[in-house]
Amino acid sequence: MDAQIKFYQTGTFTVGNRLLAPEQRSVQADMERTNSLNSGHRACQGCGEALGARYAIDAAMRASDSQLIAANATGCLEVFSTPYPETSWQIPWIHSLFGNTAAVATGIAAAMRVKGRKSVRVIAQGGDGGTTDIGLGCLSGMFERNDDVLYVCYDNQGYMNTGVQRSSATPPAARTATTMAVGKEPGNPFGQGKDLPRIAMAHGIPYVATATVADLRDLERKVTKAMAMHGARYIHIFVPCPLGWGAQAQDTIKLARLAKETGIFPVYEAEHGEITQVSKIRHRVPVEEYLQPQRRYAHLFGKPPLVATIAKIQELADCNIRRYGLLEAEGS
Amino acid sequence: MRKQCEGSQAVAEAVALCRPEVICAYPISPQTHIVEGLGELVKSGDLAKCEFLNVESEFAAMSVAIGASAAGARTYTATASQGLLFMTEAVYNASGLGLPIVMTIANRAIGAPINIWNDHSDSMSQRDCGWIQVFAETNQEALDLHIQAFKLAEELSLPVMVCMDGFILTHAYERVDIPSQEQVDAFLPPYVPRQSLDPDDPVSIGAMVGPEAFAEVRYLAHAKQLQALDWIPRIAAEFGQMFGRDAGGLVRGYRLEDAQTIVIALGSVLGTIKDTVDELREAGLKVGVLGITSFRPFPLAAIRQAVQGARRLVVLEKSLAVGIGGIVATDVRMAIDGLPIKVNTVIAGLGGRAITKASLHRVLRQAMDEQLEPVHFLDLDLGIVNRVLERERAQRRTGPIPEQILRQVGAVASRIA
Repeated sequence: MDAQIKFYQTGTFTVGNRLLAPEQRSVQADMERTNSLNSGHRACQGCGEALGARYAIDAAMRASDSQLIAANATGCLEVFSTPYPETSWQIPWIHSLFGNTAAVATGIAAAMRVKGRKSVRVIAQGGDGGTTDIGLGCLSGMFERNDDVLYVCYDNQGYMNTGVQRSSATPPAARTATTMAVGKEPGNPFGQGKDLPRIAMAHGIPYVATATVADLRDLERKVTKAMAMHGARYIHIFVPCPLGWGAQAQDTIKLARLAKETGIFPVYEAEHGEITQVSKIRHRVPVEEYLQPQRRYAHLFGKPPLVATIAKIQELADCNIRRYGLLEAEGS
Repeated sequence: MRKQCEGSQAVAEAVALCRPEVICAYPISPQTHIVEGLGELVKSGDLAKCEFLNVESEFAAMSVAIGASAAGARTYTATASQGLLFMTEAVYNASGLGLPIVMTIANRAIGAPINIWNDHSDSMSQRDCGWIQVFAETNQEALDLHIQAFKLAEELSLPVMVCMDGFILTHAYERVDIPSQEQVDAFLPPYVPRQSLDPDDPVSIGAMVGPEAFAEVRYLAHAKQLQALDWIPRIAAEFGQMFGRDAGGLVRGYRLEDAQTIVIALGSVLGTIKDTVDELREAGLKVGVLGITSFRPFPLAAIRQAVQGARRLVVLEKSLAVGIGGIVATDVRMAIDGLPIKVNTVIAGLGGRAITKASLHRVLRQAMDEQLEPVHFLDLDLGIVNRVLERERAQRRTGPIPEQILRQVGAVASRIA
């Protein structure tokens, strides 16, 4: 799965499982996949988080030979998957609180270590609020101690479960319920927010990766790679939220792809604090193509459009392109 | 084995004898020596098969404990004061999930104003959190209660706080009898969890529960605490048989025979109260003492039984329910509902102020002479309080209050009469 598979006849990375040898096929293509997050949950149509979690956890299950325990932060993923007495989880799963998931996972890992159950692996997962805001203390502690936990953040750029409020992962200019599109600087202010993958890298942990639900093979590969390692690992997955972003349910994959192709969301891997791999932009597009389909940016495209604000967002994307070498020509 | 050691060290050794599998540590006075002692035992290899984790906050300490306990490990941590408040959300979560974690509370005041000394404000603030709370009178009892606590917690799948007075017990050097590993192993069997995270038997723990079932889940927590009213004396009796000394139980009386006035208290202050009562008895006064060991569950029936012959109760407590008065006294009143017994609340020892025999003599004689107000603050300097109040009436920008009071008190903040 490490080898990049290109289908030149279509010019896409589309997963053509039928054309591949069985061992090259995706985890989801496997009839024996674990369906760790089973059908019947109550996520919205087009939910990027449900899709990301399904791929991430099934890949982790395959990588661990189904010896997996997950800790889950409060949030959409927790609420839509386990309204009592129903649960969609086919794996041992615990929800404790909003801000302590990394620490709960640390405790599980410690229990498995002391009981000599070396084959059992531990995942912690949460949304961007539970990761970049309220859970950052416990997450940083888990990183710093290099606890044997893979933390997966599903980043939909806001507190969607509570009704679309701003988090420290909400991008500039985006409208949320607490950064309304009113006043002199409508939407979320520029110059704020946290870049959590880089914060994770600064801890020098064995593995950090970003991914999107537009490239699910890449996501599976990164989870598989992370599971082959020990110590603290972090994967940050970009997961569009149709409800929170004011986007069409069928545009989830498209928006995730555009976030990468504009340079707004850089997709890369890092080991021990050094970037080791970058996913190049294949068809560079201006940020408008990404912004315009989302009602959270509608105020940028009014009459007259906020050209200067759009230009500032383009600058941020260009900065990412330079910083991570996202264009083939600038290669790395 | 008899040994002269610090209370914290005694507790550390007792906990180690219970073969904990995961210990989470975050420093806060006056609890710190306990986890330091355990950390050394784990690092040296004397306490084998145990993971000792230095975490980044008390919130993380309880959260790691939740994960470890949910994964089936016998789990321990310790905290005090601000630390207990900082982990409060996880404290409630641990009991809600039914995880038998044992935690020492080295009782300490809560700020502001910041104060590191002993009172019971910290654990009292968590009285409704669903944990069992037991209070130790001596270092020997603190040691013994920890051994009982693991058994009780695991029997009921409920977490237990063992409360011991910060500094007064944790930092006091006393002779204690430390049992052998064989004795403790015979008393405390290996932990068999009722639920655990296990890939071989996957379950979801911590699912959302709506109005249709929430009350039943909460009632079960209450029902389990009521079961503890039976289990606590049973485990204490078993402990007594195996170790040859009394420790634990619900309540413990002292010179209650024919007592017309009974002092009720928790923790180490019971020693001073008993000495005072001995002297009052010598003077011919019919006074007794009732120590409450189990504060949660609150032993309503045992207290009613013990005090029903008395005319007056003096509840001396090291905590304050601001705006009403006593916390323990309120619960005691429920225990004696309908009985013709007068209750005085004495708030004492806040922030580590010494509770002396002289002050106890005075306040108990006042109570017996019907001269004590319903809620009395022991050794309170009303002069200082009134001067501050007067100043507040006179001017708007009075500045921070504690600093003004300290200026009036002078160099020695804690004065012993």
